[in-house]
Amino acid sequence: MKLLMPYITGGVVPGWTAYLSAFEHAGADLIEVGLPFSDPTVDGPTIQESSDAALARGTTPASVLQDLADVRTGIPLVASTYANIALRPGFGDALTAAGVTGLIVPDLPLDELAGLDVPGVQVSLLASPATPDVRLAEIGRRSQGFVYAISVMGTTGERDRLAPSAVTLAARLKQVTDLPVLLGFGISTPEQAGEAAAVADGVIVGAAVMRRILDGASPAEVGAFVASLRAALSLVAPVR
Amino acid sequence: MSSITVRPTVVPGRYGSYGGRYVPESLIPACEAVAEAFSEAWADPGFRGTLGALLSAYAGRPTPLTPALRLSAELGVTVLLKREDLTHTGSHKINNVLGQALLARRMGRTRLIAETGAGMHGVATATAGALLGLPVKVFMGERDMERQAHNVFRMRLLGAEVVPVTTGSRTLKDATSEAMRHWVTDADEAYYCVGSVIGPHPYPTMVREFQRVIGDEARRQCAAELPAAIPDYVVACVGGGSNAAGTFAGFVETSAKLVGVEAEGGSGAANGEIGVLHGFQSLFLQDEHGQIKEAHSIAAGLDYPGVGPEHAYLRDLGRARYVTVSDGEAIAAAVRLARAEGVLPAIESAHAVAWVVRAAGTPELPGGSTVLVTLSGRGDKDITTLIAEADLA
Ligand SMILES: Cc1ncc(COP(=O)(O)O)c(C=O)c1O
Repeated sequence: MKLLMPYITGGVVPGWTAYLSAFEHAGADLIEVGLPFSDPTVDGPTIQESSDAALARGTTPASVLQDLADVRTGIPLVASTYANIALRPGFGDALTAAGVTGLIVPDLPLDELAGLDVPGVQVSLLASPATPDVRLAEIGRRSQGFVYAISVMGTTGERDRLAPSAVTLAARLKQVTDLPVLLGFGISTPEQAGEAAAVADGVIVGAAVMRRILDGASPAEVGAFVASLRAALSLVAPVR
Repeated sequence: MSSITVRPTVVPGRYGSYGGRYVPESLIPACEAVAEAFSEAWADPGFRGTLGALLSAYAGRPTPLTPALRLSAELGVTVLLKREDLTHTGSHKINNVLGQALLARRMGRTRLIAETGAGMHGVATATAGALLGLPVKVFMGERDMERQAHNVFRMRLLGAEVVPVTTGSRTLKDATSEAMRHWVTDADEAYYCVGSVIGPHPYPTMVREFQRVIGDEARRQCAAELPAAIPDYVVACVGGGSNAAGTFAGFVETSAKLVGVEAEGGSGAANGEIGVLHGFQSLFLQDEHGQIKEAHSIAAGLDYPGVGPEHAYLRDLGRARYVTVSDGEAIAAAVRLARAEGVLPAIESAHAVAWVVRAAGTPELPGGSTVLVTLSGRGDKDITTLIAEADLA
């Protein structure tokens, strides 16, 4: 089965955890929860706006983790945040206490991983279309849980179509790792999700979800969007 | 005091625990390409020759070392000014940019991107782009575009595209974030010309090497000018820290005491905590949750919440100290230097002068000392700010 991981910026709106249950009921396999950072350099305008909104509400990484500890979602939670937050002492313990089992730090590449201290949490590395073969293999070896394949050279944000680089990268990754390969960055519609899942093991959908939340869509409405992604993925046969 | 040996890096790109390369995976190949090209170029006498020739025939090097006679008499310390304000485009930024633009050309890159705060780095990049025929895109915070409207016009006149940045504090920090975002989308063609000793490896080291010309020249000039050959104090303002790093490079292995002067509201080295931003680990102003604080300075070029990794390391070693100066002290020092010496410094540079004014005759800077101060730029760009802020009674 193809994997679906929708993203939400923690604390973006009051009662934000209601979206987590909606995602779960819509058939998400995992949920990526962004811990907002003041300077999200890897994100495009939508997720930047959502981080700013969360911070403006007084959200902190600790308050998001506290919210997560309180809701007890039935599917795995993967935190994502920036190196400045992830490298702070005690961060690993805070994740574990919140029941988070995975971590993505987009500005912490292979070379700087040694500084990260999160025992018991699976750290998924990102791979980019520009990553050379030898390094791609190393990313496959050092990644835990899944490998995050960045579909396109750029930041997060909705795009009109799936970039050709996504297909190439997913295929290259499948040759160097047995971990699931999830494609993210830019996947915006059920059609694109289906296309992406034809070459990868699943998709990560961030900006397309967050734009709806920022526009005021209810958990049920965003859940319906996630369900449409799920439906598109179900039509795709497994890669192997 | 015996001479001190400071060997900055054991691991390439690391200064103690600072530095590194905290960039998205997509930018790793671009950083590696720059690092490789720079080390080759820097070892190539041909590249050095071309850069040296441009620095003298185009940028106006060497810059003079001017004894500030009247100010020295007033303060009771001997002040020597290293005159980066006399370079083409009016600040030290040109030294670094000519180096990086030549490197970009050598790498076959077809355009330049840059961030700018005060606009001087943007003007320098636009200038080098015009000189070498490379299109230039400059990211600049909207607030800085208002404060430095004059430099925005200069960049456009030179053919550069100035992209307003409307996120966050709308100053240098956000312009840098936006330039990095753009770089990811265009890493094959565009060369990111970083304006200070910040960013992922190799930028902090490379920019310091391009700015080392300030310190090397000043060292020779001091040897000719001063009976003791070396000044007691070497002082420079610190935004990201490139003019200070270049100046310090000439003196770090001497007995001179090194002083970096930050803006009170942008004091990464003096008041920051360890963190990661814009591709490097260093000292940043941040809150207890790890959110980066917005910096505030009357000098747009010092309006940055962090400091280059080498400065953080020099601070930890105790080899350099970092002090802060208020907006008001800087404005007063700019006016004072103009009246005492006929030299109107950039407000950034006036911070360095202001510390000398404040500390002269105290145990921090005892009377009779000799002090080298780098004047990183001229004050023409700051006239609007000075009209509003200086009390010219
Ligand atoms: C005249 C001048 N001095 C100093 C600075 C601060 O930069 P740095 O600390 O890299 O020398 C700037 C930056 O814009 C500047 O324009």
